[in-house]
Amino acid sequence: MATKVFMEALSPTMEEGRVTSWLKHEGDPVTAGDVLAEVETDKAIMELQARGNGVLRKIFAPDGATADVGSLIAVIADPDEDISSFQPTGAAGGGAGAAPPAAAAEAPLAAPPEAEPAPPPQAKAAGDGRTKSSPLARRLAQERGINLATLTGSGPGGRIVKRDVEAARPAPAAPVAMPGAVGYEDVELTQVRKTIAKRLVQSIGPIPHFFLTREIDMERVWDARQSLNSLDQEARISFNDIIVKVVAEALRQHRACNAWWQDDHIRYFNEVHIGMAVAIDDGLITPVIRNAHVKSLRDIAAETRELAARARERKLAPEEYTGSTFSISNLGMFDIDEFTAVINPPEAGILAVGGITAKPVVEDGEISVRRRMRVTMSCDHRVIDGATGARFLQTVARMLENPLAIVW
Amino acid sequence: MATVTYREALNQALREEMERDPDVFLMGEEVGVYQGAYKVSRGLMDTFGERRVVDTPITELGFTGVGVGAAMVGLRPVIEFMTFNFALLALDQIVNSAAKMLYMSGGQVPVPIVFRGPSGAALQLAAQHSQALEAWFAHVPGLKVVAPATPYDAKGLLKASIRDDNPVVFLEGEMMYNAKGEIPEEEYVIPLGQAEVKREGSDVSLVCYAKSLAVAHKAADILERDHGVAAEIIDLRTIRPLDVDTIVTSVNKTNRCVVIEENWPFCGVGAQIVDEVQRRAFDALDAPITRVTQLDVPVPYNKQLEKLTKPTPARVIEAVQHVTYA
Amino acid sequence: MSLPLPVQLDAERGDFYRRLLHDMLRIRHFEERAGEAYAQGKIGGFCHLYIGQEAVAVGAMAALREDDYVMSSYREHGQALARGLTSREVMAELFGKATGCSKGKGGSMHLFNASQNFLGGHAIVGGHIPLVTGAAFAIKYRGTDQVSVGFFGEAAVNNGAFHESLNMAALWTLPALYICENNRYGMGTALERAAAVWDIAHRACSYDMAAETVDGMDVLAVFEATERAVQRAREQQLPTLLEMRTYRFMGHSMSDPIHGHYRTKEEIEEQRARDPIVTFRAQLQTERLLSAEEFDAMDDDVKAEVEDALEFAEQSPDPDPEAVWTDIYR
Repeated sequence: MATKVFMEALSPTMEEGRVTSWLKHEGDPVTAGDVLAEVETDKAIMELQARGNGVLRKIFAPDGATADVGSLIAVIADPDEDISSFQPTGAAGGGAGAAPPAAAAEAPLAAPPEAEPAPPPQAKAAGDGRTKSSPLARRLAQERGINLATLTGSGPGGRIVKRDVEAARPAPAAPVAMPGAVGYEDVELTQVRKTIAKRLVQSIGPIPHFFLTREIDMERVWDARQSLNSLDQEARISFNDIIVKVVAEALRQHRACNAWWQDDHIRYFNEVHIGMAVAIDDGLITPVIRNAHVKSLRDIAAETRELAARARERKLAPEEYTGSTFSISNLGMFDIDEFTAVINPPEAGILAVGGITAKPVVEDGEISVRRRMRVTMSCDHRVIDGATGARFLQTVARMLENPLAIVW
Repeated sequence: MATVTYREALNQALREEMERDPDVFLMGEEVGVYQGAYKVSRGLMDTFGERRVVDTPITELGFTGVGVGAAMVGLRPVIEFMTFNFALLALDQIVNSAAKMLYMSGGQVPVPIVFRGPSGAALQLAAQHSQALEAWFAHVPGLKVVAPATPYDAKGLLKASIRDDNPVVFLEGEMMYNAKGEIPEEEYVIPLGQAEVKREGSDVSLVCYAKSLAVAHKAADILERDHGVAAEIIDLRTIRPLDVDTIVTSVNKTNRCVVIEENWPFCGVGAQIVDEVQRRAFDALDAPITRVTQLDVPVPYNKQLEKLTKPTPARVIEAVQHVTYA
Repeated sequence: MSLPLPVQLDAERGDFYRRLLHDMLRIRHFEERAGEAYAQGKIGGFCHLYIGQEAVAVGAMAALREDDYVMSSYREHGQALARGLTSREVMAELFGKATGCSKGKGGSMHLFNASQNFLGGHAIVGGHIPLVTGAAFAIKYRGTDQVSVGFFGEAAVNNGAFHESLNMAALWTLPALYICENNRYGMGTALERAAAVWDIAHRACSYDMAAETVDGMDVLAVFEATERAVQRAREQQLPTLLEMRTYRFMGHSMSDPIHGHYRTKEEIEEQRARDPIVTFRAQLQTERLLSAEEFDAMDDDVKAEVEDALEFAEQSPDPDPEAVWTDIYR
């Protein structure tokens, strides 16, 4: 029986996708689970998988073509099945026209003699509804609260293996459970808050922003970072890593700023997931450091590096750039002294971080030269009031000025 | 430390044990006047005389039984097989006599004996002289099976084997006799039944013994240099009793396992390792365990054909890529 | 080859003769009762009875010292008892009990008592002949005047282990004594149908080894031939092959009919006239070295011993289940 291949929604916000390249070509046998094509979404390049077995008979959206989510882009069917009734349904444009079937796929590498044989194309590999996974992958998934059914296996026959689980992040709806703590708390809106919300929205757009700016002395952080990095050349901790760590710790102490506006209620999070704005060639993406409040500086540094690298290659999975509870945008490396950032809804706050500059400072009546950094927090006034945000920033500043306070 | 060959290490072990214990003697074809078919016993007859370095007629069944009988009444014979292919003639004495005596006598008659000699394929010796039969011996309760890969291990394990109160099948290798390695000046003994981590790594466990250690090392070097894969090498040293704990500890760390073995695949040593590991480390495995073995064919004479049948670094790398989904 | 004339009795040695008769009678009665216990299902596996061959074990063992080594084949109840193992420990072993001489792990074919240097029944035909040679090697190695003695059937002499052993024993001049119990049949195959040379003793010629053909139904002939061989071993460190011409009155094992297709009832009847116990008893009585009362007392004595052994075996416990895992390695 024929299987229609649709342009699928491969990110939460995707409305259309561009086929960057077909990995299977017309005439190729395909098995459910095989990767058919790479599709560029609004956020990343994703893999489009076959959902049926047979031969890839017809491609409607050639390499380079853009198609609406839900539109028919190809047909998988038996070799001699009549597929003339299938017609492309959605907009499909661009590209260089349907590519002729590739002459020959690259010869597969010979498996070692002792290796398990690959399932024959006609076998119901992943099509039998069973999720195949390695014993280790099952254990890791259970430990991390990841539903294997939501993962795509990269092993033989679609087997989910360790690396697939490690690449996955728990979905926002099911965050990693903290011992003895619920992931968040929903608080009903009071009438006062409803009124404030309504009026402020009327006043300045859908999200009523206000901004808090302060300057922070960075001398001690400067020294602390230097000595940490001299301990381990590989660790390479950046100022940004330290800011992520400090903000996460401050948010843990100021849950009021670690929240989502949910229209009819506010969701306060017990866990801190920091969105870290990363510039990519044609825009911006915000990979998420999950549970940053329980991670060590070294882990945050390593994870940030790894996520940023893949973000620039546009290889992030959707669950890796969604679900943050607060965001940080740092333009210090562009010599920006101070700026305001736009809130990433439904989050209630974002911290804009400027560069560190040496400047004269009056201290106890004396002028001295100190390294200083200016930060500006954008707040959603429906959730955060001025004093609430100011107290939060105070904590951030105090920790940066006394780095040991992170472990206090 | 002194650098010696595997052959010299064995010779030292024999000499030291014969000096230490007057009940130890060496018996086999060409061990005395000829100084050993592979010169492992060089010089021993000069030192210990015909009484303790006994040249035998070419009668494996007979002289093996003589050794077992002598062991039954308290001597500690070391029986040399010119190659373990010839031990097939003596299998009745090894399996029916040596391995069973303690049990069927209700614990009254131990058989402290060592059967030793080269095992496995050398170069172009064809089908009858190239067999790796460790699985045959390891199959039998009552026997211990030792297969050292380095001069250091060969000496320490042979001394332990001679001192052991049980029949020990001690497998050497013609291709290893000239291998060099360091051994300490002072005396040492390596307990039987303990594997050793010969190289630490995090990505895959290569389990090997005897000649396959060298293959594993070469493969690990290439994996590290060209593939960024850190292989851990477990040298079994003793095949029975098998040190499963060391293997499982490694697999728990690496989550992947490749067994490199000299014998044929069917019911081979690796089959036992696969069984143990999948039962004891099931949840640690990220991939099925893969084996690199002697091909399942008699060993051919032609050099190129023979090469195809042996485990090679290339085959190990291929297997590692398979278990790491590379 | 003709057999030597029967040994003349020495009136001075009445006690010794009566002990030989007693020991043969003990084996006979033990084997008869073991056969019954087997029929009742109390003994399992293979069970090879020694009835008819008692003169070989008793006569040969009488010529040995306590520190000599003895090994036998799987038809070894007689040698074990003649060596001095108790009826209790042997019967309990046949019953597979923890009190058996091999703790119930060996059974009928693997009787051991290391403290008496009785080093086993061995159940691969010919397989223990190299072991006998090895014990002889150890004796020479240590320079003592012990002897290593092995019992085996005539079928084993066609086996390579036999020839390899005799070659080495002669080559290295080992104090080994190879006692071939020629009972005429290797299971159901007559000697003449299995061997090119029917005189077993001739096999020793290949190795320039001393050999004798002995009337295995004459306990004194066995004793004296063994004594000569033992002396040769102790004094000159030379091996000997003794062919004991005997006969088994029972089947090969308990699962084998007494005559079967391979031999006739008449042949067995004819051989029964050579019964070593009947003939020796008659000889002693003729020479007035044994009274009817003495024989009856002897008979009562061995019967009581075997009844006690049966009772002991019956009452003894099975080995502890844990025993299955012990004695594999030391």
